[in-house]
Amino acid sequence: MAKISDRSINLGSFIKREDDSIVICRCEEITKGEIREAIYAGMFTFQEVKKFLRTGMGLCQGQTCEKLVKNIIAEELNISPLETGAAKGRAPMRPIPMRILANDKEGS
Amino acid sequence: MASVNIKNKADIVIIGSGVIGNAAAYYLSKAGKKVIVLEKEDNIGDGGSTRNGGGVRQSGRHPAELKLAMYAVKNLWPNLSEELGEDVEYYQEGNLRLGKTKEHLKILEEIVESGKKGGLDLGMISGEEAREINPYLSDEVIGASWCPTDGHANPLKVTLSYYKKARELGARFITAQNVKRIGKVRGSARKVITKNGSVFEGDKIILAAGYGSRSIAQKIGIDIPMKQVLLEVLVTEPRPPMFYQMLGTAAADFYGHQSKHGSFVFGGTSGMDAYAVEDENNPTLSKTAPSICRGIIKYFPVLQDLNIIRTWGGYIDDCTDHIPVISNVEEVPGLIIACAFSGHGFGISPAVGLLLSEMALEKKTTLDIKPFHYDRFKTKI
Ligand SMILES: Cc1cc2nc3c(=O)[nH]c(=O)nc-3n(C[C@H](O)[C@H](O)[C@H](O)COP(=O)(O)OP(=O)(O)OC[C@H]3O[C@@H](n4cnc5c(N)ncnc54)[C@H](O)[C@@H]3O)c2cc1C
Repeated sequence: MAKISDRSINLGSFIKREDDSIVICRCEEITKGEIREAIYAGMFTFQEVKKFLRTGMGLCQGQTCEKLVKNIIAEELNISPLETGAAKGRAPMRPIPMRILANDKEGS
Repeated sequence: MASVNIKNKADIVIIGSGVIGNAAAYYLSKAGKKVIVLEKEDNIGDGGSTRNGGGVRQSGRHPAELKLAMYAVKNLWPNLSEELGEDVEYYQEGNLRLGKTKEHLKILEEIVESGKKGGLDLGMISGEEAREINPYLSDEVIGASWCPTDGHANPLKVTLSYYKKARELGARFITAQNVKRIGKVRGSARKVITKNGSVFEGDKIILAAGYGSRSIAQKIGIDIPMKQVLLEVLVTEPRPPMFYQMLGTAAADFYGHQSKHGSFVFGGTSGMDAYAVEDENNPTLSKTAPSICRGIIKYFPVLQDLNIIRTWGGYIDDCTDHIPVISNVEEVPGLIIACAFSGHGFGISPAVGLLLSEMALEKKTTLDIKPFHYDRFKTKI
């Protein structure tokens, strides 16, 4: 469940912080500052931040940064990380070459 | 009927935060109107709008829809990043629709004929000419249709940037609001009632809930003949830039493009799609991604070693005549319907958003909306 449904709540204006330059999503090289700014722009759930910034869309599919991103959203919105929405697992579990995935038919 | 909290009143209430609802919210907020957008899910734009293949295509469109697509490509897409203050990754590098057999070429020639009639710059080219445009194409390609003004954009950025900008301009978006019905006051649509009992009120109501629009419209006596169909997309690991055209095939086995960050985004069908189990988790079918991969490899053998990193599914609202409903409802003043985009609503979304804003403001619309009337459907006999 995502906790905040009314998106017009006022978070005040975005103020830079010292640790904003920390890289949170290593695959896509996205910093804490970029994530904080997206939250101020209205991205209130893990999924919205992901779709807006590409956090968790790289090769590891969020295995490293999912928790970190949720914690940042939770902190900015003053909610629990559990209230930032779920991430969905999708096939394939690990990257798989196109020619191998294509090969599910006998004789092809 | 319950009285409405003043906070829940607006000039326009929009149902659905897909790219269509969000674009309408943006153009209306820009015009100074008070807007409320209600979304069923916990996430903004969780439907087809952030799951699609990103095609901004005029070629292959129905003659009526072509006018919307051409208007959007000429007037709205080129400035969209600047207007929304976000890079929506719009590339206008043309569309190649590829053919390998004589039957394919016949299909392509019909598409070219129809597009040309509508005034679109579209033509047939040979296999060699296609390979000059895209040197990675297989030698098996014997011809293609070529539309130099087609392109693609990033649907996630477009959908969420319309949201971001509309919100900045004061539109109030509320998620987890599953709209149950629209309530009339003295014959006009005015109220929007959700499953959890909240009531919202607007002078105008825009129903832009994709397939979800059907049951809401049915409750006021309007039935739009559309059904939900699953479509799937896969994405590869990133590669340095190879080409930026939008690609499709006459056989419709796959389509796609290379995106700004380098991944290839390919969509397609396996033929089983229309019979998938409907499920709120948008599951994928185990047979579809492999089928799409076989399609890609046939046309682009050089891509066969790329890793696939993710697949996903999304539903389209496929209308019986495969063009949208963008319509005032004369019998229920105040109600505007925008759904049934039939799997190609992303490319025209800026134009549709603009038209919806004009309709809600009771202005003359920039383009003719008659072909999209909700009451156009005729039975066989
Ligand atoms: C895999 C795939 C590939 C595609 N490729 C392309 C392409 O390349 N080019 C192109 O132009 N188009 C493409 N499309 C089509 C395009 O994505 C859609 O036509 C477009 O996004 C429609 O936007 P929408 O806002 O009407 O719908 P949606 O994005 O479905 O938005 C409707 C919203 O309404 C909400 N809703 C539903 N019911 C209710 C309710 N009762 N109360 C409140 N809210 C509700 C939904 O949750 C949803 O967020 C593709 C679609 C898919 C699925």
